[in-house]
Amino acid sequence: MGDGILKLEHVCKAYNVGLPTQVEVLHDIDLELDHGEFLALMGPSGSGKSTLLNIVGLLDRPTSGRLLIKGRDTAILGDDELTHLRGHTIGFVFQYHLLISAFTARENVMMPMLADRGFPSVELGKRADDLLRQVGLERFGSNLANNMSGGQQQRVAVARALAMNPDLVLADEPTGNLDTKSADSIFELMRRVNRESGTSFLLVTHNLDLARRCDRIIQVVDGRIAGH
Amino acid sequence: MNPWLPFEWIAAVRFLRDGRLQTIFIIGGISIGVGVIVFMSAMLAGLEANFIKRVLTSQPQIQLLTPDQIARPLHKSAGEIEDAAVQRPSQRVISIDQWPKIRGQMLAMPEVTAVSPTITGSVLALRGDASRAVTLTGIEPETYFDIVKVPDYIFAGEARLTSEDVVIGIELAKNLGATVGDKLNLQATGGANRVLTISGLVDFGNKGVNQRVAFVALRTGQSLLGMIGGVTTIDMKIKDIYAAEVIAQRIQAATPVQADSWIATNAQFFTAVQAQIYTNTLIRIFVGLSVAFGIAAVLIVSVIQRSKEIGILRAMGTSKGQILRVFLLQGGLLGFIGSIFGAAMGAAALIYWHAVARQADGSEFFPLILERSLFVYTAILATVTGLLAATAPAVRAAKLDPVVAIRG
Repeated sequence: MGDGILKLEHVCKAYNVGLPTQVEVLHDIDLELDHGEFLALMGPSGSGKSTLLNIVGLLDRPTSGRLLIKGRDTAILGDDELTHLRGHTIGFVFQYHLLISAFTARENVMMPMLADRGFPSVELGKRADDLLRQVGLERFGSNLANNMSGGQQQRVAVARALAMNPDLVLADEPTGNLDTKSADSIFELMRRVNRESGTSFLLVTHNLDLARRCDRIIQVVDGRIAGH
Repeated sequence: MNPWLPFEWIAAVRFLRDGRLQTIFIIGGISIGVGVIVFMSAMLAGLEANFIKRVLTSQPQIQLLTPDQIARPLHKSAGEIEDAAVQRPSQRVISIDQWPKIRGQMLAMPEVTAVSPTITGSVLALRGDASRAVTLTGIEPETYFDIVKVPDYIFAGEARLTSEDVVIGIELAKNLGATVGDKLNLQATGGANRVLTISGLVDFGNKGVNQRVAFVALRTGQSLLGMIGGVTTIDMKIKDIYAAEVIAQRIQAATPVQADSWIATNAQFFTAVQAQIYTNTLIRIFVGLSVAFGIAAVLIVSVIQRSKEIGILRAMGTSKGQILRVFLLQGGLLGFIGSIFGAAMGAAALIYWHAVARQADGSEFFPLILERSLFVYTAILATVTGLLAATAPAVRAAKLDPVVAIRG
């Protein structure tokens, strides 16, 4: 495991540090993820999976320990640098689709590129069309997010997560709200992207059947890695 | 997507469009506020201009007079007074000492735009069996008409003042049974007598003034009042009418004359004008504040409603600065769009009110003053108000913790 996209060393996370209400959520987490790996993260509700995902996604900082993204220690990075690194390295797919309702499917896919470049362009539009084609929604580009089914919205969310050509996609129960057929379809879509583009995936799921189809399964229990 | 618009503009416009009903209502609120400001400002400016025109075109802004003559106590010897009680002397009509020099000094002042020497005194106007006491004013028309717009008040005839002409008030003409072209005999208390031709009738909109006023050429006035080469007052016009009192006090301190400003001689009127200006300013401030709070409230609600989307944008690599600008722009856009509709509403209301509101004599209640600068300033003010009002919501949006925001 030398070609790591992600490395966590003794990562701990606590809330309300120093207060009587201090809560330890993650304890001494060590984890590595290679380029092109598809990893499933499982565990009961409240076990710390989402907190771990937020830390890996640079949305939250660990209380102690080190987090390295592509070999770069994130502890020394400022807020703007973290935002830049996140935008260029990590894509997100959330459980509740979370598309921006004011924009069409195509515009939602363009959004990360637009935030990065500042101005829209023909090139960005082509890239969005290409991604929508990859997720099978080329005919739905002009649909507003709210006018699409849950499965379609999640496909758009996957396309959006891939917009910046990230090294790592973090998916927090992306199939949690979908029926079995749609869930299977979304999972296969991510798996295909993983195989074709070599993008690493860290998938939080409660679905054991889907987890078994990943390269590796990590069990998180009470904020600790209980098993691989 | 418009390729010329940056990300922040696109997001701001879309967010406003997405919350259509909210946006329409707040733009309606801003428009009403801006409309009230435009309407009030333009109407009150018109009323003020009307009042000032009525007052200041019929009288000088500063008038220089001879100082009151005072009697000094008679001294018996050093430190001893003959009689402690000194009777106030009667005020003779006398000429301002060295008035051409004072006129020169006044003309040299940068604040002064016009100076005109005049002579004023009482004479008796006789025509047939009728006689009336009148206030005779001898003037230099070429300079005096720049200060007191007599030609603007001409009711009949013209404001022609050769050495043989007289212009009188319409009530005086009525009382004497005279009209333009008639002869009028003016008799001074000193015995001097002149028969002049009525060249014009003036109406200053004040019956008392119209019963007494009579204008003649300066030299005619001087010869009638027995003061050859002398003047009793120097009338002045200045650039800033509201600086009249300060300038008058400065003149009085520097010259041996008494200087009366229109502010001092029309204290009640001036107070009314000032009160109107303060009221207008207060109304503008409070309307502006209510507009600002309205924008802030709507944007705070929008930030709360869109917190998940803000979290998503942050997760996708949107910086805090970009989020801040998205919400600031929304505030600025709301203010700007509201100001356009508001200015149109205010102008329409102003045109309508100007058409229906009439004074008792049928003349316009206020002049319609629709200056472009008022609309430009209002648009700038509303946009800046929108930006300022959006600051708190925008900072709040930028500071949203994406983890908390996404979790909801």
